[in-house]
This record gives sequence, C-alpha cells and structure tokens, in this order.
Amino acid sequence: MADKTPFSIVGKPLPKVDAWAKCAGETIYADDLNLPRMLYGKLLRSPHPHAIIKRMDTRRARALPGVHAVITGEDLPIKFGILPVSQDEEALAREKVRYIGDPVAAVAAVDEETAEEALKLIDVEYEPLPAITSIDEALAQSENRIHEYNKVGNIQKAVALEFGDVEEGFAEADYIREDIFFYQGSTHLPMEQHAAVAAYGPDGKLTLWSSTQTPHYVHRALAKVLEMPPSHIRVIATPVGGGFGGKSDPFSHEIVAAKLSMLTGRPVKITLTREEVFYAHRGRHPVLMWVKTGVKRDGAITAMHFKTFLDGGAYGSYGVASTYYTGALQTVTYKIPRYKFEGMRVFTNKPPCGPKRGHGTPQPRYALEVHLDKIAEDLGLDPVDMRRRHLVDENSLTVNWLRITTCSLKACIDKVIEASGFRQKFRRLPFGKGVGFACSSYLSGAGLPIYWNHMPHSGVQIKIDRGGGVAVFCGSIDIGQGSDSILAYVVAEILGIRPEDIRVVTADTDLTPVDLGSYSSRVTVMTGNAAMEAAEKLKDLLLTVAGEKLEVPKNRLVAVDRRIFDAEDPERSISFVEAVQLAEARFGTLGSVGSYKPPESPGKYKGSGVGPSPSYSYTACVAQVDVDPETGLVTVEKIWIAHDIGRSINPLLVEGQVEGSVYMGLGEALMEEQVFRKGLHKIPSMLEYKSPTTLEMCDVETFIIEKPDPHGPFGAKEVGQGPLLPVPPAVANAVYDAVGVRIDEVPITPEKVLKALEAKARGEDGRYGPSRIPDVAFPAPTTVDVPPEWQPAIVAEGTS
Amino acid sequence: MLRLPPFTYYAPARIEDAVKILADYGPDAMVVAGGTDLYPNMKRRQFEPKIIVGLRQIRELHRINGDAKTGVTIGACVTLAEVSQHPAILASYRGLARAAGLVANPQIRHMGTLGGNLCVDTRCNYYDQTLFWRQALGYCLKKDGAICPVAPGSQRCWAVTSTDTAPVIIALRATLRLVSPRGERLVAASDFYRDDGIHYLNKEADEILTEILLPPIDGLKTTYWKLRRRGSFDFPVLGVAVALAQEGERCRDVRIVTGGVNSRPMEMTEAERILIGERITPDLIERVAQAVYRPVKALDNTDFVPLYRKKMAPVFVKRALRELLGWPIQETPDGHTSAAG
Repeated sequence: MADKTPFSIVGKPLPKVDAWAKCAGETIYADDLNLPRMLYGKLLRSPHPHAIIKRMDTRRARALPGVHAVITGEDLPIKFGILPVSQDEEALAREKVRYIGDPVAAVAAVDEETAEEALKLIDVEYEPLPAITSIDEALAQSENRIHEYNKVGNIQKAVALEFGDVEEGFAEADYIREDIFFYQGSTHLPMEQHAAVAAYGPDGKLTLWSSTQTPHYVHRALAKVLEMPPSHIRVIATPVGGGFGGKSDPFSHEIVAAKLSMLTGRPVKITLTREEVFYAHRGRHPVLMWVKTGVKRDGAITAMHFKTFLDGGAYGSYGVASTYYTGALQTVTYKIPRYKFEGMRVFTNKPPCGPKRGHGTPQPRYALEVHLDKIAEDLGLDPVDMRRRHLVDENSLTVNWLRITTCSLKACIDKVIEASGFRQKFRRLPFGKGVGFACSSYLSGAGLPIYWNHMPHSGVQIKIDRGGGVAVFCGSIDIGQGSDSILAYVVAEILGIRPEDIRVVTADTDLTPVDLGSYSSRVTVMTGNAAMEAAEKLKDLLLTVAGEKLEVPKNRLVAVDRRIFDAEDPERSISFVEAVQLAEARFGTLGSVGSYKPPESPGKYKGSGVGPSPSYSYTACVAQVDVDPETGLVTVEKIWIAHDIGRSINPLLVEGQVEGSVYMGLGEALMEEQVFRKGLHKIPSMLEYKSPTTLEMCDVETFIIEKPDPHGPFGAKEVGQGPLLPVPPAVANAVYDAVGVRIDEVPITPEKVLKALEAKARGEDGRYGPSRIPDVAFPAPTTVDVPPEWQPAIVAEGTS
Repeated sequence: MLRLPPFTYYAPARIEDAVKILADYGPDAMVVAGGTDLYPNMKRRQFEPKIIVGLRQIRELHRINGDAKTGVTIGACVTLAEVSQHPAILASYRGLARAAGLVANPQIRHMGTLGGNLCVDTRCNYYDQTLFWRQALGYCLKKDGAICPVAPGSQRCWAVTSTDTAPVIIALRATLRLVSPRGERLVAASDFYRDDGIHYLNKEADEILTEILLPPIDGLKTTYWKLRRRGSFDFPVLGVAVALAQEGERCRDVRIVTGGVNSRPMEMTEAERILIGERITPDLIERVAQAVYRPVKALDNTDFVPLYRKKMAPVFVKRALRELLGWPIQETPDGHTSAAG
C-alpha cells in the first residue's frame, strides 16, 4: 500500500531517529546526568495513610556531616496540581499526610547514603487519623475528610449528564439489561524510575532536567510554587524511559530538587526508587461500574445509562478529567441515541490515581464490550454482526456532541474476524478453548488544553543552515513512542530530504516552542500538523528560488531525495543545498514557524471539554484463550488486532505501539493489581507486582487500516493508547466462550475463574464480579440538547 | 536506588578458611555464594552483616561427581544453571534438573547456586519489603517486630519455604554435608528444614553447607511441578516434587513433597501410604491427590489467594503423578490436555 502513495518517507518502515543511541546504550536519561558539585536529594515519606503532622524537628539531620540542606513543607507552602480545579498537592506535606508515601521532608547531601542516613534523623510526630481505603469507606465516612476544598465529604467530583430522554429510550427497547463491573487499578511500571536534576545558577536562573511527559506543565508548576518568573526557569525533559501517563503530573521530587538547589547553590539530583514510583503512582483508577442498556431485537441501542465510581486516591491529579473520561467515549463506536452518564470520584488514603494509557476509558470499554456480548447472547444475535450493524457514521456528531470524522471500524472488524477464523471458532471450540471479540475507539489528542487559553497546543520552528542542515524545534517530548522521529519524517517528506539530514531539538522550554506534552495521544496529530505548516512555508521559499533558477513554474516542481526537480522533466533539477543557498541569498536567514490548535468542539455544555478530539482512532480485536478448568489459569494464545490509524507515518512504530498496547492490556486483563492492606501498598516491587514479561507475551497479529483523516498530518490518527482498550474485554469474552463463565472483574485471575466454575457446577450463576454499587445520590443531571440528527423524530426512523 | 549497607568481604579459597572466618566473627558474619538472595535482602535491611564470607573461590564446592548407580555428589556452589543442564542429573535425577531450571530466570540461575537455593530465606510479603515499608507496617516477628501480621494471634512466624530444589532433594532422600569448627556432619535433607519461618534451617550460624549427596537412583522417576503467576521468573507459591518407583502395575515406592506452602518442605506421608504397594489406577491417583489437601497450609502472605494455593496442591500432585506414569496430564471429556507447570 505504501508504495502506491506519493510519499518517499511517510509510510516507510524507517528506524527511529534515536534508535542508534538507544541500542548502543548511549541515550542520556535524567539519572545519567552528573554535574560538577552535584548533591543527592532524598524524600522522607509518611509511614501513615492518614495523619496530622504534630511536630517536625530536622535539627539532628542538619547536624549530620555531609548534609547540605533539609527542607520541610514550610519551605514550599504553595499548593499545585496538574488541573486548575484541583490545586491540592504540596511538594512536602505541611499539616497532614494523606497516603503512605506522601513526602514530608527532604534532604540534600553529598551522596545517597548520607541523605538516607539524614532522613532517619528527622523526627516527625504524627497523630494518626482513621484511614479511608475504599470507595465504600470514603462514602460512609463523610465526616472523616481527606481534603476540605471539595464540597461534600470525600466526594471530589460528582457529575451527571443526560443527552436525550433515556427513560423514553428504555421504553422503546425490546430488551433491557443491567450489569455491574469492576476494573482494578494498576500502575504504569515504566522501566525508568522518575528522576530529576536541578541546577540553580549564580544568575538566579533555574534549570531542571526531568524525566517528564509534560515539561510545559512542570514549567508552570515550578514558577508557581517557587514564586519565580517563568522566564527564569528552564525545563528540559530528558529522554523518557517509559511514561504511559505516569510522568504527566508535576511531582514533588521535581519541585524539591529545584528548591534544594536554590538553597545550596549546587546541582541536586533526585532519583526515585522503584518503591517510590509505586507511591508516586497516578495510575489506572479502580472503577466500579453499572450499565443499563435498552436495545431493539436487532441489537440497535435505544438508550444507555452508565454510572462510574472512581477510587481516586489521596489527591486530585487528573481525576476530574478521568471521571469525565469514564463516560465520554461510550458514544463514539456504536450509535447511542440517548445517553445518561453519572460519574463520581472519591478521595481515599492511597497513592493518587491519574492517567494511564487509555486514561479513564479502558474501564468503561471493558464493561461496555462485555455487556454487549451478554446482550448479543441473550438475544441470540451474533456478537460481531450486532456491533457491526450499528456503528457510528462518518462525519457525524454523537449524541454527546463529539465530532466523528473518519471511522474505519467496519474494515477493522472484517479484518480480525477473517484473519482469526472467528466464525469457525466462536462457540465451536472444545471446552477450555475460546475466542472473544471487542471493539473500541480513542481520541487523537484532547481538544482542549489542561488550562484555559487560546494559544496553540503545539508549535514548531524550523531553521535551515546554509550547508543544508535542517533543525526542527518543538516542545514535544519523546517517551519512546517516536515523536522525535515523526517530526523528522514529516519535515523530511515535505522538504524532500532524508530524516538523517534533520536535527530534532525537543522538550526544552528555553529553546523550543510550547507543545503541551506527550499525553492524550495528541503528539503525532498536533506536532505533525504544526511541523507541516512550518515546513510548507520553507518549501515555498525553496521552490520559488528553484523555479527561478530552473525557469520552471513553481507548481511543477517536486522535492524528493535532496533535489528539487521539474516533474515533467526530472533532468532539470537543483540540489536541496543549492536551493537553500539561493533562498538565503534571496530572503535572508531561513526559518519558519508553524502551530496547531484543534478545531473548536461543537459541544457547549458544562463537561463538554473532555472527549472532543480532532479525530478518533478505532480498533477491533479478537483474543483466543486456553482456560485450564482445573486450575483456572488463563493463557492468551493469540491476539488479532486491527487499528484504524488514518495514515501510518511509520508502520514499524505503529506496530510497536499496537503490540505495546496489547501487552499492557493483557497485563491488566490477567494479573496487574495496585492493591493495598490498611493503606500500605501490598507489593511495591517489580518482583511482586505481577506484570507480564516478554515470555508471557502471546503472538500478536496486527493489521493497520488506513484511510486518511482530514485532520491529521498526511491523514494520521492516534495509535499510542487506543489499541489497549479492546484487549481486556476480548479476553473476558473469550474466557466465557472457553468455559462458560463471566468474569466481570479485571484482572481475570485463576482464583476468580475457578470460583465462577465452582459456582456454575453448583448450579448457581457462573459469574465472578461485584453485585452492588453504592447507594449514593448523584446530582440532578444536566440535560443537554442533543444534536439535530439525534432529535427524537429522526432517531425513531434511524433505529427502526 | 536501594543501596547495600557497608560490609567487609572475604573470599577464602579453602573451606577451612571460610569456616574459621565465620567462627571468628560469630553473628556478625554470613556466607554468600551467588548472592541472588542475600544481597537483595541486605538492600532491604533484612540482614546487615558486617562480614560476608564469599564461597565462590572454593574450587571443590563447584564439582559434580558420580553417577546414577553410585549416587551423585554436587558441590554447594554449583550453579542452578549447571544443575539444570548436567547430563547425569538430566538423565537420572530429572526432577532436580527441572526444579533448578525453573528457579527465577536465566541470569539468576547463572549466579545462584544449589546450596544457596536450599538455604534460601523463607518469604512473606510482610517481610520481603524495604525498611521504609516495614517501618510503616510496624515490623514483623521475623525482623525487628513482636507479632506476625499474617496470623497476629500466633506465636510463630509463617514465612513460606520458597526453595524449588529442596522438595526434590527431600524426595530423593539426599544427604547434606555441613562443615563447622567442630568438624563435619551429614544430615538427611528432610531433617535440614524446620517448620518455623525464622529458624527454618537445622543449621548453626557457623556451619557451611558444602555438598549435596544424591543416593543411587534405584528405579525412581522424579518430577517437579511449580505454581506461580509468571513462568518467566516468579518464586514458587506451590511446588510439588514426586519420586515414584513402579513394579509392574504396582507402586513400589513414592515420595511426595510440597514446597511454597508451609514454612518448610512437607513430605505428604498420608498420601504416600495410600499409594505404596497398590495397583495404580486413575481413581487411586485421585485419592492420593486429595490426601494432600489437608496438610497443606497456605496463608495470605504470598501471591495468589491462600485457598487457591491449597486447592491447587491436589491438582498438582495428580498431574505430577500422571506425568511420571506417562498418562495424559489432564483428563477432560474431549481429551483436551494442558500442561501448566
């Protein structure tokens, strides 16, 4: 397919621009930085899940030889947080600690051992408070408040939205089903622990190198907490050795390293231990879900009501957005004419949850896809056809005002169904073997920034040296997904040069224009569009001078392989370098800028900020499993997955993202659990926190479905997160196909499978999962006028 | 990162020297072979020895001698990788090769030794944690604390035996050679372990395990089955070693030993009695398997829920026996077989 495109770079399986350094072990990560006179910082963390800090005495620690500074919350009193609505974190807790691992003091010393010793000499007196460790406890103990700034008890946020009259929709249904699901929390488990180095110079300026996905937001948080002008702070995001959402918040250790450097006048490095990474967390929210759907006999949905309860942990983090995300994207796969969503996030005395690959959407997607599988079976419908018949239309609005542009989900479904032999296997394999199917969708970048503003989401600058070297500057940070490479590919494609001719300079707030960060699957679409704009401007200058020199009209010129030539007479050409020199002589120093801001969302209701995106990717997945009925062990034998990417800029990177997503989805489906005993993380180590290794990974057959989307660079959509979403429900549905039990709670552990099998053998319901949701009132829903195409009269025709 | 506490490292070349250093420093000293168990534990401050006596330089501890007819002697510092690949062990003591080959991952098997695995510290997820974590918990009986959080009413430590090789060694009726300032002594493998999470070995602090003596194989077939979340590197949370000798259709001798549950490897004598001397049938195997359910003690201090581990013991015993009998591992109506392990 790639060969038929008019591109020389786009669509080719080229190596990443940083591949050589990575393979040779020469990439410089944050912890590899060693500056002259550098000190080492360590954080003292709370051993209590919930307690008042009565007294703190740092004198003994300060007196230890080798200790250069000791700070507490009094040194950093200003609160921060990633979202403007939840500025509830302190770099070091002042009055109260809210989870085991909450930092309370910090030390800078000549080495890590001395810093560690100094921590033991800090005396802290705590007055323990009752710890809240579950959604039920959070709701029951409304007087025992973890925070004071939220309105009610421990409910951080409760939202209710209704699009169309769902009761009317249920009345029209031929069949209604309700289900309850639970999706356990999990953590990102990046190979690289968080690390930061801060250096405060004699000029009063601060530089922070940090392993972060969001240098721009860290920049803002530092300016706020340190009370410094942003112009005096430089944040450099070092190559990130795994992020997955876990390095998207501004963190205590970043602010503390900066403060310690300011106090000592020496560089300070803080690298978290693996255990500390589990406490820093910001991972997948545990979510309890209830869903009720009304359908016609053919499976057409008449109404859906979805409730979610998020166990948020001790701080806000991205939680308000996560809450909305548990309800936002149900509507972008199948037609849902009436939709009601109620979501609630509670505070608990555990490490804060936040965004993990798929941010707030894998949980409801698991519930939805298993729920639909059950409905199909109840109605005697084929689970594939039922979904396939009711897919959203391209160029349409969903009932909650999300704009669908391209949707190749049908092609994705057909691909995996055929390749997996699903129709020959479904309900036909021997007992113990099964196949399961699920679909999903994800956004290609959040439509709105984290903080309200009218500026671009991504900026790119390009400069061309008269020797032909091209430097591309962008604030984006490569977290392994290949964003640096995408910039090089896009610019090389447009200028007609090779990626290796380009130097990419990224993620440095002094040198590069703002990009909001590597989150929400936004980078290829947004930086790609910005880079295209900047490159096209320069190309125009080059073609102008080339046209003059060759005496060929500009519109006949083509730039490929470091040459610019006449498309009708390729012998007439000049080299890229010659064109550059002519252009510099003609126009002066060569440089250009490009920027990108997503299209405005048509939704205008409160809460409409979460969900809109320039475009949505789509994924279909078939899982084949072996379930040992005596041990309950589930082995995933193979995954077939097709992903609608719009356009694959580099199929190698796309496949890598798909396989990585499948891997992470399998971990969540089968074993990963961020679990606690009395507020203490049960297993904060890479040995005991069970995540699959390469040896547990099954075969994956990936299909890239391309149909260019008008909003993406060369038509590209996202791939970093979406392919995770259908994996857990496909596995759950396959387990049911294999042994006839429904596991309505992720992870699908052997214990749960066995319990469900035993229940079934006793003649009870062959199911494992939650049986109730909290009896708690949501606020009255905001009733939102639906888009014209979902007005009742039209709906009635559309779903008959 | 977690840092090791400071210590002095001795690398004697002779057993006598190692014994002497150990005796000289008393409780401040510990021996180390591969270091794959001790060093992580030291980083977590479960042990803080001032003196470490490394055994790696002692040549005779690296030898494997003998054959299946006369018995095989394995030096304590032979690595798990070597045990898992040694031709004589693979040919005749297959269960031991298998158990050694299922320990952790290739890196650890190339560092870790058979002696080290036999002495591996008992494990518990209230204990195998950093100093910070254990402080937050309030410490436990095994290190610095007064109660066992697994069973707070209990007076003892319930940390779990986590050696893969010990159940096989016991099933083989192996003997261990220990050397100390008082000279040598031989101890039956089954007597080497104690049902106590803290004092889990019948070994004095100044004694060094030097050799593992496997008796002649005498018609025994052996195997080892291991339950864990990930085949790639987890510790056992249930291990089953079986040694079986047949005489025609009858069982001449059988030993069934569990690991990964209880605080010591447990020989399942009741189950063995049901089988010895009897004609082997699928129904009998089922009865043998059920007999291991009661003695297996699993508490909530490892991966998987305890009752699940207990339930898996009969399943694994049944499968191990069926494997040795050459029967399909699992019988289901459609003949579908599976091989977890």
